[in-house]
Amino acid sequence: MGIGTSVLLKMNAEKVLEAMGVKAEVVAADITKAKRDGIGADIILTTPELVVLLEGMPGKIIPIDHVFDLTEIRQKLTAALL
Amino acid sequence: MNSVLQNAFGDGSIKIQQTVTSWRESFEVAGAGLVDSKRTVAAYTQEMIQAFEELGPYMVIAPGIALAHGRPSESVLETGLSLVTLSTPIEFGNQANDPVSLVIGLAAKDHDSHIDLMAALSELLMDEEKVTLLQNATKEAEVRSYLR
Repeated sequence: MGIGTSVLLKMNAEKVLEAMGVKAEVVAADITKAKRDGIGADIILTTPELVVLLEGMPGKIIPIDHVFDLTEIRQKLTAALL
Repeated sequence: MNSVLQNAFGDGSIKIQQTVTSWRESFEVAGAGLVDSKRTVAAYTQEMIQAFEELGPYMVIAPGIALAHGRPSESVLETGLSLVTLSTPIEFGNQANDPVSLVIGLAAKDHDSHIDLMAALSELLMDEEKVTLLQNATKEAEVRSYLR
């Protein structure tokens, strides 16, 4: 959809990245847009149920269980950026 | 006072301690909240249900919380939210976050105009203590007081 979950996840990812001192462009997208415009993304944050729909994308796909859990987002982003 | 949230939940948008037996029924109540508060026409409720059927239980975004929504469409009259609490939590099929006892309905007129609203909603739902209070509230006035 690009209006609900992805917007919340984008906001919280931006918060975490800023706290980590990582400069990144974060874009909210529905599945269709992600598949089209997300080709160049280094990292794709999504929810576990949607991972299967994004398989084959070049970026690293990270499922987030709880979109308000900044600790989870931070831990998973840190691991992905190492 | 958080006027962004207060305005988003119009009259009739809050339905508490509802008894439902499925995710579909909970979406119907969330959709009715958007219709009653004049943010959507009835077709949007079906669009939310269809979105859930297509993409599955990813809409359960946090423990016990579902965000019901469709795409911006002609069925949306004005951007807004509805809030439904369930007297008995329901399984939505989300491994990490089931069962659900709080359903937020979201209608957006377009992709950009509701960003401030989403920031305010995020702040509210991030507060676990407040979420528990919302889930247990027995009066609409009580829910309203947490939206401030």
